Formats: sequence, structure tokens, C-alpha cells
Amino acid sequence: MAGIYIHIPFCKQACIYCNFYFEKGKKNQSLLVDALIKEIALRNNEITEPIKTLYFGGGTPSYLEFNYLENIINSVKANYDLTEISELTLEANPDDINLERLIQWKSMGINRLSIGVQSFFDSHLKWMNRAHNSEEAESSIKEALKLNFEVSIDLIFGIPNSTHEQWLSNLNKTITLGVHHISCYGLTLEPNTPWEKLIKRGQYPSSNDDLSAEQFEMADRVLQENLYEHYEISNYALKGKKAKHNSSYWAGEPYLGIGPSAHSYNLITRSWNFSDIKLYIESLSNNKRPFEEEQLSKENRINEYLMTSLRTSDGIDIEKLNELDIPVDDLKKQLTEEIKKGFVVLNDKALKLSPKGMLYADAIASKLFV
Amino acid sequence: MQHIRNFCIIAHIDHGKSTLADRLLEYTNTVSKREMMAQVLDNMDLERERGITIKSHAIQMNYVFQGQQYVFNLIDTPGHVDFSYEVSRSIAACEGALLIVDASQGIQAQTISNLYLAIEHNLEIIPILNKMDLPGAMPEEVKDQIVDLIGCDRDSIIPASGKTGLGVMDILNAIVDRVPAPKGDLNAPLKALIFDSVFNSFRGIIAYYKVMDGRVRKGEKVKFMNTDNEYHADEVGALKLEMEPRAEVLAGDVGYIITGIKQAKEVKVGDTITSVVNPTPIAIQGFEDVKPMVFAGIYPVDTEDYEELRESMFKLQLNDASLVFEPESSAALGFGFRCGFLGMLHMEIIQERLEREFGMTVITTVPNVSYKAYTNKGEFVEVNNPSDLPDPSHIDYVEEPYINATIITSSDFVGPVIALCMDKRGTIKNQVYLTTNRVELTFEMPLAEVVFDFYDKLKSISRGYASFDYSPSEYKLSHLVKMDIMLNKEPVDALSSIIHRDRAFDLGKKICKKLRELIPRQQFDIAIQASIGAKIIARESLSALRKDVTAKCYGGDISRKRKLLEKQKEGKKRMRSVGSVEIPQSAFMAVLKLDD
Repeated sequence: MAGIYIHIPFCKQACIYCNFYFEKGKKNQSLLVDALIKEIALRNNEITEPIKTLYFGGGTPSYLEFNYLENIINSVKANYDLTEISELTLEANPDDINLERLIQWKSMGINRLSIGVQSFFDSHLKWMNRAHNSEEAESSIKEALKLNFEVSIDLIFGIPNSTHEQWLSNLNKTITLGVHHISCYGLTLEPNTPWEKLIKRGQYPSSNDDLSAEQFEMADRVLQENLYEHYEISNYALKGKKAKHNSSYWAGEPYLGIGPSAHSYNLITRSWNFSDIKLYIESLSNNKRPFEEEQLSKENRINEYLMTSLRTSDGIDIEKLNELDIPVDDLKKQLTEEIKKGFVVLNDKALKLSPKGMLYADAIASKLFV
Repeated sequence: MQHIRNFCIIAHIDHGKSTLADRLLEYTNTVSKREMMAQVLDNMDLERERGITIKSHAIQMNYVFQGQQYVFNLIDTPGHVDFSYEVSRSIAACEGALLIVDASQGIQAQTISNLYLAIEHNLEIIPILNKMDLPGAMPEEVKDQIVDLIGCDRDSIIPASGKTGLGVMDILNAIVDRVPAPKGDLNAPLKALIFDSVFNSFRGIIAYYKVMDGRVRKGEKVKFMNTDNEYHADEVGALKLEMEPRAEVLAGDVGYIITGIKQAKEVKVGDTITSVVNPTPIAIQGFEDVKPMVFAGIYPVDTEDYEELRESMFKLQLNDASLVFEPESSAALGFGFRCGFLGMLHMEIIQERLEREFGMTVITTVPNVSYKAYTNKGEFVEVNNPSDLPDPSHIDYVEEPYINATIITSSDFVGPVIALCMDKRGTIKNQVYLTTNRVELTFEMPLAEVVFDFYDKLKSISRGYASFDYSPSEYKLSHLVKMDIMLNKEPVDALSSIIHRDRAFDLGKKICKKLRELIPRQQFDIAIQASIGAKIIARESLSALRKDVTAKCYGGDISRKRKLLEKQKEGKKRMRSVGSVEIPQSAFMAVLKLDD
């Protein structure tokens, strides 16, 4: 199973917490799309098997002019085998979504929207410098569902000064609207973000881990009560609605990443394009892909497996451990404390995190690293 | 002998000693321009970087004056109070001293104490006003200070600049003219003063000495009087830029001797070399076994590196006899060593040399001085480690070492300096105006207070201008207690300290607070407590870490996340645990960095 990720590095405005690679405005869209199309063609020999998933991430892919998006998709079609494609996702912001666009996207084969809602409260949206308001958040979801898109939304918890009631209300609204898939992210302070600067200037509060932890547990409980499966630390889905593209990352399957800052994986190496639009355009005008890569050692591979699988509801597969020559008893010994506290659950088939254990996934994974 | 001149240089750090010394070597053609690496004398990397001399060095120059050939022996001395005994021995080997004073900064405390030492030994002082090329030079004012201090003739002060070469010829001529030739009896039994030794990995320990009487001959049997060891003089010679073997080194001259000694401890600075066949009846006066002033534990960061650390310490001791250590173990830190140092700088140097020369990163515990405890039964216990202190119920009384501290500062800062010293339990002894705006203050204070952040504080309250020097005075009765630190009720032995009773509450509070900052939150609540015996005197609590999880794997950026977790694992490996609490290395030095 193979997937393609395409990075669209343009946004209307900067959200305070974001450290993804993007630039404000549309002025380089035309040149960049030309370069993307070149990279798509240039790398068509890297994956020969049929593509199962195509994912437009960003930045803000919905901010891309319609004809550009169409050109990109056509170029993918021309260079790769899309006969078996089952999921074609576009990340979209509520303020970009209207009936006309939805119809256009549908016509191009896009069947899944990942909508950056984050919150249904205007105070939160303003605080984070999002470009939409709560009304647009709600209406965009309704429209997308009406047109039979598979709809996923992003929600952010742990917003400083937010209340548990507000978080519960966000969850309930999502459930009521009938959203198929939810990505719940704890607000995380990343370096070199506007938020970091605002904190340094004393104008914004910093992150609040206790609040985040409590709201994480609320989501786990409320969403599961409403039939959403908590299938990855940050992801919940109704039956049959798990994100296929993202799941392939966690399952260690190969993917091709197109565009500035995009990452690729071919089972042997991981590589990533430079995070610089100008350099990217320039390099591809000479038919060269500007990237760095890392050969994975056996240890790297084992650690990645432990780290990603521990985040999923399937957990670490005992059979797979045997294949990798890792004695289960060793892991058990290392995790005595965590098992005792009920953070880790071990049975014949798998080693999994409990909801409480998920809050310490990084600590537990790094402990297991070889 | 009439044509030999032995001299040292007295100067404060950064007053340009090494640069000027290099000029002397250059002008006497001892070192060609081509061979001249900046500052030949400070040949340890660490010395060059810090701009200080840690070990003594000696170098011989030839100089022709009025048709006569002269031999100059320059004995370069360490410039820090930690090494004052070595300085005193170097001074004892000389007949003259160049007093170098920065024309833009004036005289500093360290200069004065070494100057007095030189005057005590009847050295001829040649005052030099260095850095005359600097725009901030205030020659007249600094000349006043010098005249005041040594009562010399104003015209005898030589203006100079190591940078431009100004005054270098005048200095060379003054050495011939003013420094007396050494006195000594060539026919008397051999008597040579050891003022330093170096370690050479091929040849063993090489001792540097000045021959007071008689001669040191190659092939002769010699005896080091204080250690009472006899050796065969395999090689003797003069200390040019390289060692220059000779058949003999005569009275009045400075030289080296190689005898195949492997351990630096056998060669003690201040010891007397004499002949086995024809020994001198009396050794040279002033020999002292140097005693460590400051003690601290040194532990490998990775417990598995204990053996490697042990070997490194032994190797370091080969060329630094003043380092003493013995194995100790700590519940928190595992196996390591309790080490004795001459002072805080010496401790820092050892730590840095372990890191640079042996690739050993170490955890150093909070340093302490050596206390004397007397029990109810009248027994005496030397306490070099807080854990050595007997149970309070058995203690009759405890004494701690005091020092005489000299501080020279601008009169603007007298108030804050006095306040600082009083705060450090000091009592003011004297206050002298050296000039209208430079004051010399003398205090008696506990050495232990200087070991904690004293020097940094002094620098900051005086905007870097106050200079500081001290000499040990005596042991005095003091109300001392042992303060323990506990994490979740488990004592952390490496964090125990001996402190004055009146400061315990304040210090305990600060340490707990600092630890609360330094210990990362863990999956459970942590109680941080300071106690004296069973009594809790301070408490902080660190609430549990509620989450340790990354929100998402960025668009397939799995490498970045893996590397973050790898780093997290590495970081944990370097932590120590007491009970189930993990403690970062930085916490063990926490007490030294308490902010007010």
C-alpha cells in the first residue's frame, strides 16, 4: 500500500501555534504549482505499485486556486497508477468552504475533507488567530456532509483559559453534527511560533499541561461513549472511517511526499525536501529535487516501529517483536512500573497503552528504545 | 655567578604578564619570531584560554649588556590565590621581581599580596607600568599608587607596552643593573630548592630547582631531603625553550633534573635536593606539605565509567601532586572520589582537565571546607565530607577554618562590599585608602563562605572591579549543623551540606526552591524537604507531570519525532535516581547557584 502527500505551503494568515512550513498570500502559487508538477513527474519511478491514498496538506490546500489543484491532480494521474485509489483528502479551512468549491473538489475526485475547525468558540478562534468564525465552522461541516464528503475535523484542546465546559461543548457539537472522524490535538507550544513570541513579550499565557491532560481524558471518554474509536493517540473515528493515509504512516508503509518540507519514506530511507519555497522552485526548474535523506539503521527501524505502533489502539504486535528479535520479557521488565500503574496493558497478542498511559506515550516509547 | 640574574614577575590577571614575558624572550633571541606562538610560557591550552598561569614555568635567556654576557632565569609564577604556596617557593628562588601593573587599571589585591611576599624575601622590585599604549592609561595616577606602595623613586618606574615593545630594552637593562647576582657557596655541599615539577610521559617527573650552594652533577646520587628518597641524576641541564642537558648546574643557577621518578607526589615543591655523598646538614627553610582547602565528590556521569575515571585521576595526579583523592560511594551517585583541592579555581581546573584531556564528563558535588569536630568524649574528627560529621548528640563543638581576606575596590563600592562580607559572616579588620578613590579592605571570614558564590557576587556588586585575595588564618568555634535534603522522604546524600545554624532556614528554603526548578516533573508528586536531624526546616512540592506526549506526527515527519525521543532517552540515562525520583546532574551543584 502506497500513498502520496502533497504540501501546499500557503495560508491566508498565521495561526499562533503553527510551525508548519508556509508563507502568507498567494503570490507564489503559480510558480510553486509548476514546480510541484515537475517533482511529481520527476519521481514517478520511485513508486510503481498502485497508489491507494492521496493527501493534500499544508499550509492550507483549500486556499489554492481551483485550476491549480486540478493541474496537480491531473499530473498525479498521468504519472502514477491511481486505479486503486480509495481516499483522496484535502485539508480545508472553514472560511474557504462553500457550495461551489465543494462541487468543484468533488468533481476532481476528492472524497474526504479534513476541516481545520479547532473550536466552535469565537473567543478561541480569535485567540489563535484563525481566519474563520464559529458560524463558518458549523456551516462548512454541514455543507460538506450534505455533499457526501467523508468529513474529518481538527479540534484543539488545552487552550489556556478555556474551560472544560467549552471543551465538552465542542465535543458534543461535533458528535451532533455527525462528523465521521476527529483529530484532537493538545495545544503544544512549538519553537519559533508567534505564540512563543507572544509569551516572551508577556502578552500571552503559556501552555497548560494539567488542563490538556484533563481535556484529553474527557475526549477519550465522551467520544468513545458516542461510538468513536480512539484508534490513535490524537485520532477518533466512527466505524469504517479511520484515516487511511495517516494510518499508513503509523503502519510503516511507503509514501511519497511532494512539495517544500514534505517527507518521504521508501522502507529503506526517509527523506525530506527543503523547507524553502524559493529554493524549491529554483531547484526544480533545473529538474532537481532539493532534499536531504537518512538511511535507517536496524535500531532506527525498531525504534520507529515501537514509537508509532505504541500510539495506535492495536499497540505493539508481539509477533512483530519476535520478528525483530526483541524479547517480550525485556520490554515487560522495563515497564514493570507502568504495568503496575495500569499505563500499559500486555496480553498474548499485543502491548498497548491504556488511555491514562497514552498521556505518557513519549516517555514510555523512549524508555523502550533500543 | 656575578652574571646570573634570577627574577620572577608579579602581576594581576590580564595585566599583560605573558605578553611582556614573550617580548623578553624575543628581544634576547631566546625564541625566534618564527617559533613564537602567542604566549610561549602559558603552554597548557587551559592557561592560554583563561589567560592565567596555573603551573610555574622557568626559562633561561642570554643577554649581552655592555659587552658582558648575562644569564637570565625567568621563573614564571601562577597568578591565583589557590597556588600561593607555589608562588612563595618561586619567589624564594629569585633575587628580583618585575612588578607589572596595568597603567589603565592600577594595583589589584592579588598583586599586593605577592608583592609583600617578594619584599619579605628581600627581592629587588622593578616596577613596570604596562599597557602604556592603551587610550585609558593613567600613568601618573598609577605611578602614585606604586610609589605609595613600595616607596620607590618615581623615576625608577619603567613605562612599557608588551604590545608595541615600548620599554623592553629598559627592562632588560634594569634586570642587569638592579637585580643583585645570586649569592651562594660553590664549594659548600649541594643545596637546591625545588620550586616546581612537570610530568613528561617519556621521562617521568622533571623537577625544576635553583641551586643555592654547590652544584648538581649528572650521574651523581642525590637525595630529596623532606621525602628522604634517593635518586640517580640521569640528566641535569638548563631550561631553555627546550631542555638543554649539561654536565652540571652551578650555585646561583636554575635548572632541571631527571631521575626517573614516576609519581608527582615524590617531588614536593619547597623540598631541598642535596648530595648523598656530601649532604648539607640543614634543608632550605619554608617547606610545607600543601594541604587541600576545599573538598568535593567527583563522580562519573555514567556509572559504568568509574574505572576510567579512576585511571584518569591517577594520570592527572602524576603531574598535579596537589590533587588528592580517595574512593567514596554515594547512594545517589554510585562510586566516585572525594577529592581535595587547593581552592575553587583548582577544582574547576581539575574538572576541566578531566574533560579535555581524558574525555571524562563528571558530576561534581557541592564543595565544602575541612571542619574539626570534637566529641563529648574528647575525640577529634576531621570532617572533609558532610557525612563524616558525628551525630549532633555526640558533638561537643565544631571548628571551621577562617581566612584573612583582602579586597581592593573603588571607593564607590565600599558600602556594598562591606555589606556582602558581613552577610558572609565576615568581620572587618581594616580599611585603608591606597589613593583617594581606591580602598583596601581587610576582613576575617569563614573560608566556607568564600567557597559558595562569593567571588561572583563580589564581581557583580563592584562591576567587576574589586580584586580579592586571602590567606588562611585559624580555626574558630562555630555553630555548624548538617543539613540534609530529602526527595519523597529519601535522603540524597550528595546534597547534604554543613552550614551555619543561623543560615539553615534561609539556605534550606533556597535549596528546596532551586531543586524544584531543576528537577523535571515526573509521573508522581515529589516532596522536596530540607532537614536538620529529624526536623524539617523547608519544604517544596513538585506536582506530577500530567502528560508527556507529542500531539501529532507531522505529515509523516517520523525522523524528527524519533530523534526527539532518542534525545529524551539519552537525557534520562544521564540522570541519577534516588528512590524512584530522577535527578539531573545540574541539581547536584544547585547549592552553588542560589539566587537571592
